[in-house]
Amino acid sequence: MFMRRPFYYPTMGFRTSFDELERMRRNMDRLLEGFGSRSFLPQTAGVFPLVNLTEDKDGYYVRAELPGLKSNELDISVTGNTLSISGERKIANEGENIRYHRREREAGTFSRIISLPGEVNADRIEAELKNGILKVHIPKAEKAKPKQITVR
Amino acid sequence: MADTSAKELQAKQKTEVSAPSEQTTAGAVFVPAVDIFETEKVINLLADLPGVKTEDLKIDLHENVLTLSGDVAPFEGPDENDIFSEYEVGKFYRQFTVSEEIDQEKIEAEMIDGVLKLVLPKAEKTVPKKITVKAA
Repeated sequence: MFMRRPFYYPTMGFRTSFDELERMRRNMDRLLEGFGSRSFLPQTAGVFPLVNLTEDKDGYYVRAELPGLKSNELDISVTGNTLSISGERKIANEGENIRYHRREREAGTFSRIISLPGEVNADRIEAELKNGILKVHIPKAEKAKPKQITVR
Repeated sequence: MADTSAKELQAKQKTEVSAPSEQTTAGAVFVPAVDIFETEKVINLLADLPGVKTEDLKIDLHENVLTLSGDVAPFEGPDENDIFSEYEVGKFYRQFTVSEEIDQEKIEAEMIDGVLKLVLPKAEKTVPKKITVKAA
């Protein structure tokens, strides 16, 4: 008998002709994802500053582009598993007798909270602001690090 | 001048360069935000170039065209995996046509906290020489 099984259930042995179509459709989706992803807008929180979050086995790295900020104008804190970055970018007032031809850089306040995916060790956080790039290294809590299991 | 300290900064995506010539190396190229203003004696340019080190920055003024170009190294360390990336990392490039004559010897450039400050002093206009005409 032909049973139409939802595609997310694991196959239970017998194949119907719909399985082939589902598989093809899934592969096509995966292919198109690879080609099209550059032109679509990335899903961001839309809050300044935009961050890139990466991880390795020991910790998380949060990077943000913050040109024109000095380290004492930036406020970084960690509460539980969330990292909070806030501050104010100031642009110097250049004087009286000047004519602007272009004014593209913006000044203002910002505040952003980033949730980290796992538990972190808040005592050993390091942050560095260099060349306008903020890099925060947040070590993972010991219990959140991957454990190697040897197979005998 | 408006009070900017109460205003909140908005997140913006970087705009890519729509250059007439293609890049020889792979990678995205972005347009940096600049402020240009002038006084009587100098033209000042301030550009946001985060991630560009002083040695990776090239400034060229040639036939009244000012070219700014900065290389940015990719940020990931060797073992890191991306969780999410909200901004892209790439080179910066922008060209301007400078309408005034610039005294090339006295150009000053400074890179602080990812912001380039470029001071282009205007060339001294030559004083016109007064020519007296002798009456015949």
